[in-house]
Amino acid sequence: MDLNRCEAYAQCAFQAPDVFAMHGEEALMYEPCPGDERREQVMRAAASCPVQAILVEWPGGPAVPEGAATGARG
Amino acid sequence: MTSATLLRRITDYAARADPYPLYAELRRTPVARQEDGVYAVSTYWEIAGLLHDPRLSSDPRNRVPTAGEEDILEEEQGLPPSFLRLDPPEHDRLRRLATRPFGPPDSPRRVSDMRGDLARMVSGLIDGLRDRERADIVEDFAYPFPVMVICKLLGVPHEDEERFHVWAEAIVAGLDPGEEGEGPAERRRAAQRARMELGRYLAGLIEDHRRAPGGDMLSALAAGHGDRERMSPLELVVTAVLLLIAGHETTVNLITNGMLTLLRHPDALRRLREEPGLAVPLVEELLRYEPPVQLLPQRTALADIDVGGVTIPRGAPVWLVLASGNRDPRRFPDPDRFDPGRTGNEHLGFGGGIHYCFGAPLARLEAQVALTELARRLVEPRLVTDPPPYRRNPVLRGPRHLPVAFDGCVP
Amino acid sequence: MPAADGSAEEFRRRGHAVVVGASLAGLRAAETLREEGFAGTLTMIGDEPHEPYDRPPLSKQVLLGRTGAGDTLLPRRRALEARWLLGTAATGLDLAGRRVRLAGGEEVRYDRLLIATGTRARPWIKETEAALDGVLTLRTGDDAARLARRLDARPRRVLVIGAGFTGSEITSACRERGIDVTVAERGPAPLVGALGGVVGAVAAELHHAHGVDLRCGITVTALEGDPAGRLRCAHLSDGTTLEADAAVVALGAVRNTEWLAGSGLAAGPRGVACDAGCRAFDVHGIVTDDVFVAGDVARSPHPLFGYQFLSLEHWGNAVAQAEVAAHNMVSPGPERRPHLWLPAFWSAQFGINIKSVGVPPMGRELAIVQGSLAERRFAAVYGHQGRVIAAVTFDHGRWLPFYGRLIETAAPFPPDFAQVDRAPGGPRPIPAEFPDPALPTHGPTVTLSGYAPSERRVTFVPARV
Repeated sequence: MDLNRCEAYAQCAFQAPDVFAMHGEEALMYEPCPGDERREQVMRAAASCPVQAILVEWPGGPAVPEGAATGARG
Repeated sequence: MTSATLLRRITDYAARADPYPLYAELRRTPVARQEDGVYAVSTYWEIAGLLHDPRLSSDPRNRVPTAGEEDILEEEQGLPPSFLRLDPPEHDRLRRLATRPFGPPDSPRRVSDMRGDLARMVSGLIDGLRDRERADIVEDFAYPFPVMVICKLLGVPHEDEERFHVWAEAIVAGLDPGEEGEGPAERRRAAQRARMELGRYLAGLIEDHRRAPGGDMLSALAAGHGDRERMSPLELVVTAVLLLIAGHETTVNLITNGMLTLLRHPDALRRLREEPGLAVPLVEELLRYEPPVQLLPQRTALADIDVGGVTIPRGAPVWLVLASGNRDPRRFPDPDRFDPGRTGNEHLGFGGGIHYCFGAPLARLEAQVALTELARRLVEPRLVTDPPPYRRNPVLRGPRHLPVAFDGCVP
Repeated sequence: MPAADGSAEEFRRRGHAVVVGASLAGLRAAETLREEGFAGTLTMIGDEPHEPYDRPPLSKQVLLGRTGAGDTLLPRRRALEARWLLGTAATGLDLAGRRVRLAGGEEVRYDRLLIATGTRARPWIKETEAALDGVLTLRTGDDAARLARRLDARPRRVLVIGAGFTGSEITSACRERGIDVTVAERGPAPLVGALGGVVGAVAAELHHAHGVDLRCGITVTALEGDPAGRLRCAHLSDGTTLEADAAVVALGAVRNTEWLAGSGLAAGPRGVACDAGCRAFDVHGIVTDDVFVAGDVARSPHPLFGYQFLSLEHWGNAVAQAEVAAHNMVSPGPERRPHLWLPAFWSAQFGINIKSVGVPPMGRELAIVQGSLAERRFAAVYGHQGRVIAAVTFDHGRWLPFYGRLIETAAPFPPDFAQVDRAPGGPRPIPAEFPDPALPTHGPTVTLSGYAPSERRVTFVPARV
């Protein structure tokens, strides 16, 4: 997470409430290494971030840049 | 062609089906003064900067009315403005209160918990097309679906749809700055009357919910959140009007624009059918490529603002042409290409800054579920007319009808 | 092998890049090297045994018990194909021979070297007291694991020594877990060194509102253990004694430059000096061309701030500087870029998001331009020599990019324009109340232009009157 970029739109906390949580109105807490069962949620969160502040990489797979959702299942 | 006439050509109905070449022309002057004193901002970085600029007000009371707009202050004597048309600190307070029953930090799962309901609504609507070979995606799907969703979310009886639909149409038409038809001033007056009537209807409903609360948002808003600050009864009505209108007059265009775009890009349609996860970046790309809110025509400069080599003078009306910024080649490579897998898609489809679309998470979810299921279930769908007939409104832009032929539905 | 710019291409194809420091800056630099087509050998040297991990969650999620200390590994932007020497400290540098000496005695040759050894927590000054069971610091993942375990054991009281950002975040986490905390801060308010006394007073209110026993103007004179070597109490400069089960020393960081002593590089307690292109200076002030520096350990001149050397312990600086350093390592002279990053950081504490751009301690005055101190939701801009030099927001982060541009364009202070949420009568400058007067500068006024990294070139404008 690049929390300098983050502007607290909270889209990630809507999309992936098991991984991202707002702490107050603008402070964001997140699980840095969520399990594979959260993968779809995380991809949704990363794609919906208005400032593209979420970098996602899954072990075993290639690094996935911001917003990319190749391999995520809907 | 001077830029003065350009914005008028964009709002002209003739440009509705494809305004993008005109946007490209507009971008040659990133900040262009129109002959009526409006400043049109059309390039990505300039729009993004202004969305975060505290010298730009969303409150119409800061406007110096231009010719033909003398009524703009008088119209506000009806219902007070919603947070969409307020500045901080009032905006922040009301939006914060409206967020409590809707999203994080207090209600983080409200939207994601609706996924099952949304899937059932979509299934039901598509089931209704089973024995048909033709449908109007707008009337048969893209309009009824978001209305069902917003009714469920707010706790508005769905059977009242016929009543508030008329008011909603009038309110949305009030945003249309074009010169056609009865003209913008008359439309604004009609919109104000409709807001009053819708407000009266919702006030009654809120009272019902206060007496017999349900799990919906109006009940939660009416109950307040413990003994913390709460909305006044009038603020509550105004907010309810905003949520009901915004919740069902924009998503219809997102879904319809989406289906239209998919039918124009059969590869993307096929990929979505085979790979439902594609819906996530695809909807983001849709918000870039065919955003349902094309421009924000209601901002006012509170001070002289230097932007894009131009000084926007204090008091000037400013239009932020989001749909044009989304096609800015200085920001997006190959901007006129619809690329459903596009990465780093920092589009302006939901605006930005403090007025970033309140309902964005819900709109995303609705569009993802709707388009995935339409792609999966309609067999060989194809456009009957291209372009389809459009609504008149250049701000909330989308087809009035989207006739589609298909060879039945799979379960 | 490359000796000058002309051989950048040769280096790119088959050179040997060595990165000392395997944390945020080191990792992002290595990734950038590969992204920019570096096809040679890459060696990553890190003194910790762990793969590169992210530190900001350590003082937040990890202390709250929501995330394991080992679960903050940094996501990778790409595969690196590097040789990793982890758990191996670098102990020396031979500039002439282009060799890094390792703790085990091994030497690693390089063609181009990146120094990204960062900082470590400043230890408690008295070694015997620092060794007491219950006296902790927080910098590494292992530190965070120890502290989190300590908090899990429900200590009756934690003493936090120092109310900077790390200390305040630790305090916030303790309170959220219902643990009693006393904070001993030498200055007049929390965060006073970074943000000044005016904003520090708001931070103090936050502490009080969350039930923190905040003691400002107080130092800890001694930590006392029981016969078993466990921390029992602390003696404070006001003569009082405080019983505590744990004491967290949060007195800032020390730069990891000792390994460079005698190397001939301009390295010292304030960091390793480098030019705006991240090339290290030697002790004579001559710039090297094969040794680069990035991250917390670097000191580099910034044109926006009178070309003073800045040392920035900022997450974002580590990333941005690493990218510039790596780009310049594989680029010939004319293609090199300056590191013109606008300093920025954030901190989450007591449910408030604090963000900053620019260099607040350079500001003698500040003005509240949006919101209010009383509500603890505001934007403050800091002024220096009549221009905006920094901005700080409490839960007002979406406006910050605007204030960043005011800094980049040397906008006048106090801001003289109308804007939303403006106090009646406009913003009123008041002394920012930093403990030390802001440093005087005599540099030219500088403006940045453009948005894309490749456009971020410096242009000079006359100083405003």
